[in-house]
Amino acid sequence: MLYGDCMGVPRFWRHISSRYNLIGTRCATCGEYYFPPRTMCPKCRRDGVIEDHRFSGHGEVITYTIIHAAAEGFDRETPYPLAIIQLDEGPRMTGQVVCDPDKIAIGMRVKPIFRRLGEDGAAGIIYYGTKFMPM
Amino acid sequence: MTVGIVTYGAYIPRYRIKVSEIARVWNADAEGIAGGLRVQEKSVPDLDEDTATIAVEAARNAIQRGEIDPSRIGAIYTGSESHPYAVKPTGTIVADAIGAAPNLTVADFEFACKAGTAGIQTCMGMVESDMIDLGLAIGADVAQGAPGDALEYTAAAGGAAYVIGDSEDSLVAEIEDTLSFTTDTPDFWRREGMPYPEHGGRFTGDPAYFKHILSAARGLMEKLDTTPTDYDYAVFHQPNGKFPRRVAATLGFAADQIEPGLVVTTLGNTYSASCLIGLAATLDIAAAGDRIFVTSFGSGAGSDAFSLTVTDRLDEIRNGAPSVSDLLAEKRYVDYATYAKHKGKIRL
Repeated sequence: MLYGDCMGVPRFWRHISSRYNLIGTRCATCGEYYFPPRTMCPKCRRDGVIEDHRFSGHGEVITYTIIHAAAEGFDRETPYPLAIIQLDEGPRMTGQVVCDPDKIAIGMRVKPIFRRLGEDGAAGIIYYGTKFMPM
Repeated sequence: MTVGIVTYGAYIPRYRIKVSEIARVWNADAEGIAGGLRVQEKSVPDLDEDTATIAVEAARNAIQRGEIDPSRIGAIYTGSESHPYAVKPTGTIVADAIGAAPNLTVADFEFACKAGTAGIQTCMGMVESDMIDLGLAIGADVAQGAPGDALEYTAAAGGAAYVIGDSEDSLVAEIEDTLSFTTDTPDFWRREGMPYPEHGGRFTGDPAYFKHILSAARGLMEKLDTTPTDYDYAVFHQPNGKFPRRVAATLGFAADQIEPGLVVTTLGNTYSASCLIGLAATLDIAAAGDRIFVTSFGSGAGSDAFSLTVTDRLDEIRNGAPSVSDLLAEKRYVDYATYAKHKGKIRL
């Protein structure tokens, strides 16, 4: 899940590279890609060689739902599509697709955009990161 | 040493509101206002867009267009009068989001509508003095206008990013020179903690916009021994459609010289991005050898004038990112209520 309301500053800060630039990992031994990043390849175990990989963010909508009753902080954006996106390299992730709710479809190609994900109230930190839009 | 623009990128949110819709809400003369301002509609940010997200998208478009390695960028200056934080830089968000961090210097600039061109001048100085390889200057704003105020008809959202360098074969436009004119003129301001800016009404005209642009522009042309006929295009700060036309005519530029960069009619006033998006629109159509004259204006008040010459390389990279006309064409109209929600004018 990309989003996190009131997740705390250090917790968000630790994931900035993943949220801003979709930095995940790849196992050089078996070629498998991981997002969120894994530090160990579950297939290759101790033979795995994990390296950073920047995902292009291009992918496809696998499935989606339209959020009408949102969590606190997202209520002004309803209704909005929340989708499982399969990145071109393989991993699947949950992300918001910025488009009209009646325009999203399974199989739709998407690309990454940089948006506000949330904030810790009017005085707190603002969380930025990746959402998606139709290509 | 030759310094200039290595690449550029713009970003405009997709929502628009017509001036007539704002006038309808305030029971004002829609035709009179749109005709007087010479602005038909303005851009509106999405609910999750702000100056930082717009700056990042503009910068990413610039990097994509020029295919540059972001780790070469040694300085980022983000100019805006609507930075999302009062204390915490917008530029650090940009630096991380474009992959330029951590070996660089970053600072945010504020000088009303000319903070972006001040960033370009700073990058020029750092590049020319060999302090950095490339510098990134951004003008981005989600401009504020109080409900019902004259500013509300034009205050828009958008951004433009320029990468400045000095390697002759990599420049799309050489910057021959720049000159500024600055005085303490309180024509427009926003006090700490206030949600909307205040302005001096007609005082923003002659003693502010016109005096500073005319002085900087005339000063630079005198320094370079050029006249308006030496230039193919000119771009001036665009708070409305009337002021840049009048200042261009006063200086002796013809209407067709400013037309390609006159984006305010369908974009509104994007403040720090205003003349930088106008310059981007001009670069989108300019040919090698064309000369472009640019003068920004920031209330408070000051103007930065630039003289540029386009190089052959522009043709090689021009289509690498969306053009300003592409961005302007991608639009969806909203009514005043939706606009008010997007701009946070409705406080719950």
